[in-house]
Amino acid sequence: MNAAPIERRRSRLAPRSSIGLTIVMIVLVLYTLVPLAYLLINSTKSQDDFFTSFGLSFGSSFNLFQNIGEVFSYNDGIYSRWFLNTLLYVVVSAGGATILAALGGYGIAKFRFKGRSAVFAVVLGAVAIPGTALALPTFLLFSSIGLVNTPWAIIIPSLVSPFGLYLMWTYASEAVPSEILEAARIDGAGEFRTFFTVSIRLLAPGLVTVLLFSIVTTWNNYFLPLIMLSDPKWYPLTLGLAQWNAQSTGTNADPIQNLIITGSLLAIIPLVIVFLLLQRYWQSGLAAGSVKA
Amino acid sequence: MAVLVASGSKAPARPRRRPVVSSGWAFVIPFLVFFAIAILAPVVYAIYLSLFRDQLVGGSSFVGLANYGQALTDPDFWFGVGRVFGFMIIQVPIMLVFSLIAALAIDSGRLRAPGFYRILLFLPYAVPGVVAVLIWGFIYGPRFGLVGSINSFLGAQIFTPLTPEWVLGSIANIAVWEFAGYNMVIFYAALRTVPNELYEAASLDGAGAFRTILSIKLPALRGALVITTIFSIIGSFQLFNEPNLLKPIAPNAITSTFTPNLYAYNLAFTGQQYNYSATIAIVMGLLTAVIAYVVQLRGTRKELR
Repeated sequence: MNAAPIERRRSRLAPRSSIGLTIVMIVLVLYTLVPLAYLLINSTKSQDDFFTSFGLSFGSSFNLFQNIGEVFSYNDGIYSRWFLNTLLYVVVSAGGATILAALGGYGIAKFRFKGRSAVFAVVLGAVAIPGTALALPTFLLFSSIGLVNTPWAIIIPSLVSPFGLYLMWTYASEAVPSEILEAARIDGAGEFRTFFTVSIRLLAPGLVTVLLFSIVTTWNNYFLPLIMLSDPKWYPLTLGLAQWNAQSTGTNADPIQNLIITGSLLAIIPLVIVFLLLQRYWQSGLAAGSVKA
Repeated sequence: MAVLVASGSKAPARPRRRPVVSSGWAFVIPFLVFFAIAILAPVVYAIYLSLFRDQLVGGSSFVGLANYGQALTDPDFWFGVGRVFGFMIIQVPIMLVFSLIAALAIDSGRLRAPGFYRILLFLPYAVPGVVAVLIWGFIYGPRFGLVGSINSFLGAQIFTPLTPEWVLGSIANIAVWEFAGYNMVIFYAALRTVPNELYEAASLDGAGAFRTILSIKLPALRGALVITTIFSIIGSFQLFNEPNLLKPIAPNAITSTFTPNLYAYNLAFTGQQYNYSATIAIVMGLLTAVIAYVVQLRGTRKELR
């Protein structure tokens, strides 16, 4: 008696509300996509067309490949240097941060040791410390020991991800059953061997999530390099693009908006590809992290 | 974890217990070493710096809490704090409502190709903040940007995103654009963890879509809401990239003390006032931590009820 009216109401409601929802979503998607469309369209324009044509229409010529060539040749090809720097920072920092967070999170989740709760409290407390509040004192500290204006000034602070450790802790508590560790211990396997042969496979979705978010953080980092680096040859892409932008306004300006736009587009593509390829992993990893919160 | 402790204390396992305990530390120590270098040491150093002042004569001298006294009565600092606070009150709710609507819509099962919307809305998060500000800066441009074209088409200055009155709203728009999709994914992930039986029970009780949202989905999102709110608050208080990058094209609207972070940066790098800059950074850190803590307390208290 109950089921019938529910069924009927569902089938009556579903198509109507889906049109309303679809319209809402289309508005949100348009808002999201217009700036990206702007970037894509304007990367095909010459510098002259950029100034004379409407922002969301194409210019008189299709200049995309010429712009890409110019991006890589401008200023003795400094853009490729920035690209390689960014890759270096990302591989070392994000890779290192993920390994450190995985080991630490796993240690807190799977072992009972003296001081464990103190470690946990200190690390969680650090999540609330604003990164930028730390950057200035870190600069002063690093400049007193001569690390400023070297890649280490970017890599070392990026190796620590309290949030990554938190995510790995929640993930390891759920994904690695203690019985498996017990069994490995009885078989005489060392703890690190167990970690690298057994646990790491169970941790994979959590690892991918932490790795991806560390990659994004490092790839997008601007404040830390801005403070730490004065030599453009160590700049990451973000700082390099910001510098191109600064030099194309004001007096003595060298207007290279077409290069900034094309360079920006090229800086986005790798991350978008990584996210699209790995979406199944990071979304399930985030789901595990959000349960405990 | 309980299993581990219980079996470890059994008599035959005794010799194995000690290595297990010490290897717990072995797993945590690599993280702690870098944590000490990259977080603890700078915090301690900042506190140390904040207690000194560079004198014109005689170099650096200990001044106790005098720098803090100066910060607490510094109008430039408090204008900045007020500005980021106002920013936070408007930007964070707008962004989270955007994220919430999108997550509920995608989770509702009443959209065609929900995964398509999910990935499109998430895209801006993969765009570096610097690039996001550059794109929006071009769009806002009064001379050659999209806004400029629209104004000249209309023959009047209707949209003026880079004037002092509007620039904070223009920055808020960039922040919403960058992070709404990211928060949406977190909400969506939390919604996915609701067991199906709950929905079945609700529909047997005759609950409609809105009733289900109110009684099941929103409570399930509470934890995610607390986390996203805290991170958004921290983000607002750290506001730096957007104003710093828009400054060249909006020099009249964005001052060197526009936000506390911009102020601290300019104190250190154009004024060489390291001690006072460290003090401002600490005060901002404390303010942020207090607000984040209050939000968390309120969020978890509701959960206990």
